[in-house]
Amino acid sequence: MVKEIERAGIPVVHVATVVPISMTVGANRIVPAVAIPHPLGQPDLGETEEKQLRKDIVEKALIALQTDINEQTVFSDDKE
Amino acid sequence: MLEGKKTAILGDRDGIPGPDMSNKLKIVHYLNQFFGQIGGEDKAGIPPRREDGPIGPGAALNNSLGEDAEIVNTIICGDTFFNENLEESKSEIKKMLKAINPDLLIAGPAFNAGRYGVACGTVAEIAKTELGIDVVSGIYPENPGYEMFKQYAYFVETSDSAAGMRSAIPDMIKIVKSYIDKNGELGSPEEEGYMPRGIRKNIFAEERGAARAIKMMLKKLEGEDFETEYPMPVFDRVDPVDPIKDMPKTKVALVTSGGIVPKGNPDHIESSSASKYGEYSLEGVMDLDEENYETAHGGYDPVCANKDADRVLPVDVMRDLEKEGVIGELHNKFYTTVGNGTSVANAKAYAQEIAENLLADGVQAVILTST
Repeated sequence: MVKEIERAGIPVVHVATVVPISMTVGANRIVPAVAIPHPLGQPDLGETEEKQLRKDIVEKALIALQTDINEQTVFSDDKE
Repeated sequence: MLEGKKTAILGDRDGIPGPDMSNKLKIVHYLNQFFGQIGGEDKAGIPPRREDGPIGPGAALNNSLGEDAEIVNTIICGDTFFNENLEESKSEIKKMLKAINPDLLIAGPAFNAGRYGVACGTVAEIAKTELGIDVVSGIYPENPGYEMFKQYAYFVETSDSAAGMRSAIPDMIKIVKSYIDKNGELGSPEEEGYMPRGIRKNIFAEERGAARAIKMMLKKLEGEDFETEYPMPVFDRVDPVDPIKDMPKTKVALVTSGGIVPKGNPDHIESSSASKYGEYSLEGVMDLDEENYETAHGGYDPVCANKDADRVLPVDVMRDLEKEGVIGELHNKFYTTVGNGTSVANAKAYAQEIAENLLADGVQAVILTST
């Protein structure tokens, strides 16, 4: 799905838990997510902390969308 | 490596002691929580465990293998645990395999289950590259686990769902039997019935290369079918689109394969092998709450997503960022489907339509979330 959206000319960031699958399907901008049943959440955290975590991930996704890349790139913590 | 494995299987006549169990081909079977008969999605979080003997589909495999081989242990791991705790799972399973020291590993079959396919492939990679154990498995060709790990196992082609178990098992047994008969030296994919591993092997051909090449070229010139000896890999990659320059003026849309839908799933998007996608309004929606949204996805434990669908489709945070001026606006529709055993051809078709709609609505960037 990411590939077809990108092919249409819209920059797309894939927020995905299983990064190797995202690489295989051909996403170019990849942001690792938290867990399969809650990619952008963490039920163990309090409401405020959980929302902050989600915001951090979305902000990372927005940074990915603004980054010039030449090849598949994973925007993980150590890069930002 | 397999020398002598078959010889001690005779006997058991006229009071001669029965077959020496220790000389049978010793097999370990890898299964997920579902086929390992522990439970469904609610048990997908269990760490690797080792059981004695065959379990689930292993029983059928074991029976058909008869006296030539035996499944001595079954290793079971929850699909979610495996993929979320990759390094821990790998090292734990490696330890188990080392302790059992089997002659062969059977993994799955995984059909079109993405997490399970990746798990089977990863276990195959450990077995093959780190312990020198050959692996037989079964998988649907579109399962990402095949593309990622094809060089580590003899994968037979299965259908996309467990309904294909009945033909998958005999196909896998055929490979195992051939493996025993040939002392581990299996022939080509066509000959044996496994899917190509992308591995080249030197063989003696009847004709020299130049003659074969000329023959192929002549066939090609005549427009006849010919079989290449070196198929080119198919890379379907899309070049990255230029980045967004001015995010505070950008219209961003949310798309998900995580199956988030309005409560009640009005368009009846299937929980697996989805035959459609949904387009839903976000007009005036500030937050996806429990009363109005849920997930239709049948491939992961839905509890967390049903409780708060923002955990999959982050509408609440996008609204905040919109208010703060970080993004121009959140597109007032979201697109959703269930990426669970959904065929690549379908997913591609949905995304093409979605992309057309997004372009028509002036969307400039997309965040696509996957579970």
